[in-house]
Amino acid sequence: MSVPVLQITGLTKKFGGFVALNQVSLHLGRGERLGLIGPNGSGKTTMIDCISGALINDEGSILFEDQEIKALPAHKRARLGVVRSFQIPRPFKSMTVLENLCIPLDFAARDRVGHRHIHDQAMEVLQTVGFADHAHEFSADLTQVDLRKLELARAMAAKPTLLISDEAMAGLSSSEVDEILEILLTLNEHGVAVIMIEHIMRAVMRFSQRIVVLDAGLKIAEGTPEEIVQNPDVERAYLGE
Amino acid sequence: MKTKIQPFWPSMAAIFLAGFIFTEVADNEFYFFASYVVLQAVIMATAWNILGGYTGYVNFGSAGFFGVGAYTAIALHKAFGLPLPLLILAAAALSGLIGLGAGYLTLRIKGVYFAISTLAMAIVLETIANNWEYVGGASGAYILTPEDSLFFDSYIEMLFMLILSLAIGSAIVARYLSTSRIGQGLAAIRDDEVAAECNGVPTLKLKLISTSVMGAMMGVAGAPYPFFVTFVDPVSAFNLLIAINAIAMPMIGGTATWLGPIIGGLVVGGMQEIITVTISSEMNLLVVGVMLVGFITLAPKGIVGLVQDYLKKRRAR
Repeated sequence: MSVPVLQITGLTKKFGGFVALNQVSLHLGRGERLGLIGPNGSGKTTMIDCISGALINDEGSILFEDQEIKALPAHKRARLGVVRSFQIPRPFKSMTVLENLCIPLDFAARDRVGHRHIHDQAMEVLQTVGFADHAHEFSADLTQVDLRKLELARAMAAKPTLLISDEAMAGLSSSEVDEILEILLTLNEHGVAVIMIEHIMRAVMRFSQRIVVLDAGLKIAEGTPEEIVQNPDVERAYLGE
Repeated sequence: MKTKIQPFWPSMAAIFLAGFIFTEVADNEFYFFASYVVLQAVIMATAWNILGGYTGYVNFGSAGFFGVGAYTAIALHKAFGLPLPLLILAAAALSGLIGLGAGYLTLRIKGVYFAISTLAMAIVLETIANNWEYVGGASGAYILTPEDSLFFDSYIEMLFMLILSLAIGSAIVARYLSTSRIGQGLAAIRDDEVAAECNGVPTLKLKLISTSVMGAMMGVAGAPYPFFVTFVDPVSAFNLLIAINAIAMPMIGGTATWLGPIIGGLVVGGMQEIITVTISSEMNLLVVGVMLVGFITLAPKGIVGLVQDYLKKRRAR
């Protein structure tokens, strides 16, 4: 059996007395597409903060390709190939789109893909996501949907093994959602395992091979999209009794 | 944008040579005194910009590092009679270390809070100097100008060449930092620190490099200062005006490039000298204030930004 990309066991994160995540376990195979859903405040973002290194978990272990990463700072995790995108795009505003991509290529991906021809590599990524026309625009001038694309393109430029996409589609129109979905699927075709956090059910259902549901810091369900839709616990978490 | 012939090194050599010829030609010593002050300002503006402009951390503690540089030189000169180059090295090392320590303690805070903490640090350092009897305490220390002035006609000519070399050195360091991979990382930190970290940028390490280099460069500017003014007390070495100038000059010159603070230092420092002589020394402070307000509201990218925009427009036509 091949080594899972991500193996989380008994992950707990507390903020003071508040337990944001309570003994959550999760695994992810190579190239798998996992949807992570749950009502607001259920711990989704805390979860990915713990995986990406923005927060340090209190208990439990996070194995990335069989290596314990729970004590590593975020930039070291990025260098290993654990990459996240942000819910609210966080571009490097003083830089062009192309320069934005050069940062992860030159830092996160440097040890794994080398640092030759960084501009060409950045251009390649932009072409893959169909964003090459915007290469020389300043990221401060981009529209909202383009910022989302940049966010994903930049994540892609970090050459991830695992990409965590945090609500990349929130607030976008239906056709824009499809565009972003297309980008994520393209990434996945390149062998990247993806954890997608999303409230847009249509997108999650179409994208995910497997779905994990969080509610109030607990994992309440896990299964294929079809199983999740029929799960009474999930319904209760979203709609109440 | 890519590799064209770099005029940087020839220009630096030309500036050095011009300075040398200047010492041979000019015989009014005032020019050297005035140029010294301007060049010292260039070094400090360049130093401030490494943390303030490249990395985005506004620092009000410049005077602290400058004062540490000056007092390191005074103490080591008194204790061991070390030559000036060694004093400068020692000052760079010590203020660089203080930069590292201060960076480690304060870089977890941001924005206004960071700025205030640097100001507090400068006050702490001034208090130490005030109570350090060995270097004169609050009443200050006199430095006798050494007899030796190498092969220059006077000591001030030698100091002028020294500070010119140091200014060129700091321009080289600043340019290297801004054009290298470190500079890219610092720019990413300035734009968005969280995103930078998540894109593999070792933010803590780069910020510490930034504070250390800034501190060391400020110390370098401060080390020859006692020999220039021959009397130093804590009030003058740790003066808040030093810190204000170090902020105003890069802002006026433009913080985005290594060239901005140099131009800002030359323009503002030069004007201050001219106004001090022609009008009054109080007036020069007013001018800095007015210029700073003017640039921040009308041209936030500074002189370099204005020129770049102008060139861009002309090319577009």
